[in-house]
Amino acid sequence: MENTKIKKIIESLIFSSTSPISLKELANFFSEENIPIKIIEQIINEIQEKYSETGVILNKVSTGYRFQVSEDCNQWVSKFYPEKPQKYSRALMETLALIIYKQPITRTEIEAVRGVSVSSNIIKTLLEREWIKILGYKDVPGRPAIFGTTKEFLNSHNLVSLSQLPKLDDIIELTEQEKKQLGLLDIEENIKKNVNSDMNNDEEYNNDNIH
Amino acid sequence: MDIKSEELKEIEKINVPLAYVKGEPYLNIPKDLYLPPDALEVVLDSFEGPLDLLLYLIKSQNFDILELPVAKITDQYIQYIDLMQELKLELAAEYMLMAATLAEIKSKLLLPLVEEDSLEEDDPRAELIRRLQEYERYKKASLNLEVLPRIERDFYLPNKVSYKAIKKDEVYQNVDLEKLVVIFHKLMEQTKFLTPHDVKKDFLSVREKMTLILNLLKQDKFVDFKTLLDIEEGKSGLIVSFLAILELIKLTLIDCAQANQDSAIFIKLK
Repeated sequence: MENTKIKKIIESLIFSSTSPISLKELANFFSEENIPIKIIEQIINEIQEKYSETGVILNKVSTGYRFQVSEDCNQWVSKFYPEKPQKYSRALMETLALIIYKQPITRTEIEAVRGVSVSSNIIKTLLEREWIKILGYKDVPGRPAIFGTTKEFLNSHNLVSLSQLPKLDDIIELTEQEKKQLGLLDIEENIKKNVNSDMNNDEEYNNDNIH
Repeated sequence: MDIKSEELKEIEKINVPLAYVKGEPYLNIPKDLYLPPDALEVVLDSFEGPLDLLLYLIKSQNFDILELPVAKITDQYIQYIDLMQELKLELAAEYMLMAATLAEIKSKLLLPLVEEDSLEEDDPRAELIRRLQEYERYKKASLNLEVLPRIERDFYLPNKVSYKAIKKDEVYQNVDLEKLVVIFHKLMEQTKFLTPHDVKKDFLSVREKMTLILNLLKQDKFVDFKTLLDIEEGKSGLIVSFLAILELIKLTLIDCAQANQDSAIFIKLK
């Protein structure tokens, strides 16, 4: 199959998919034609080029490729959304920030940093939006839920991976060990460190976050 | 609820600029300023917890967290707590706990330094400072998070219809007359083997049968052709039923359908 035809097909597949479609999934469509995944990737890049100056762009997010409105057209497209976008409370954003940067984390651990108890409504909202999920339950009395972020969270913020998030501030005048404890390392390294053996392993979590 | 003059005095003591008017900080509430009772409530209610309040006190007076002036901050903090209680704001228990913690730290700092103790004892402020710094990090992180591009606010996706499983209506073939006749004939054959009943059967006219069939179809969407032809009714009954069906088809009141060559024929209302 010639590249021009593959290109056309890939474009139509990404276009009609109801959710972002990954490189792997796209390659699968062409399994019978034995087209190497490198070629598929190359063709996708060509399509991205094609859509770089247009009102519709091809973007890559956590779970794959999707077409999006070019941001300079936002104010026009927003006319289709007369309702004001949802604004979240500071409490929710702080809770979310803690889950993002300290995952896997329990409610108690969140409360320890914020100094106030975590509202169940906040957890409920975040779960409903599918920005966080329960990774498992900690093997301690009470079996508290352990939270982590989802790919949907990344998709909703146009991100490919957690490492693209801004780094946390430094904390000054602490010993090396204290610095390590407070997670001044890369977020993902922090996640790997925090996954301890007494946590019920969630396979999906491991595939989601450590990549 | 009126703001009493005592409360105003409390606010003046704190020395934090209450407002900036044309760039100038106002430390005191102007005597002639009308302060709606709810306004203060809004300010005090907007703190996310004791750490948040402490950070506010520290930052607004340009103190350095690391150089935490415990005595001053403790006094101010307690004044704020008292004020919040006066205004009958819901104070989470954590606020009280923090007041106690601050008081403890303050008292520790006031105690005279004994030689042995100074070596073992950590700075009593250390833990609080660590907590404040940690909270500040995540507070900042949450503010950064708020400005990240967010779907349907800062970027938009195509509005696509999700492909729900479309229930395929079974494609029925139209049944030709020949098939109907064949089935009817078979049924007629079967009547030969039936012993005649003694019970007298009502003679049903074709019209009556048509109405009967229509009523039956109203209840049951799809009826097997065979069930409409009751062998018990004998030869005449079968003929009447068959004629009724044909008449209904002719009047386009019903449809005859068959999924494929060998399956049962179904009658349904048009």
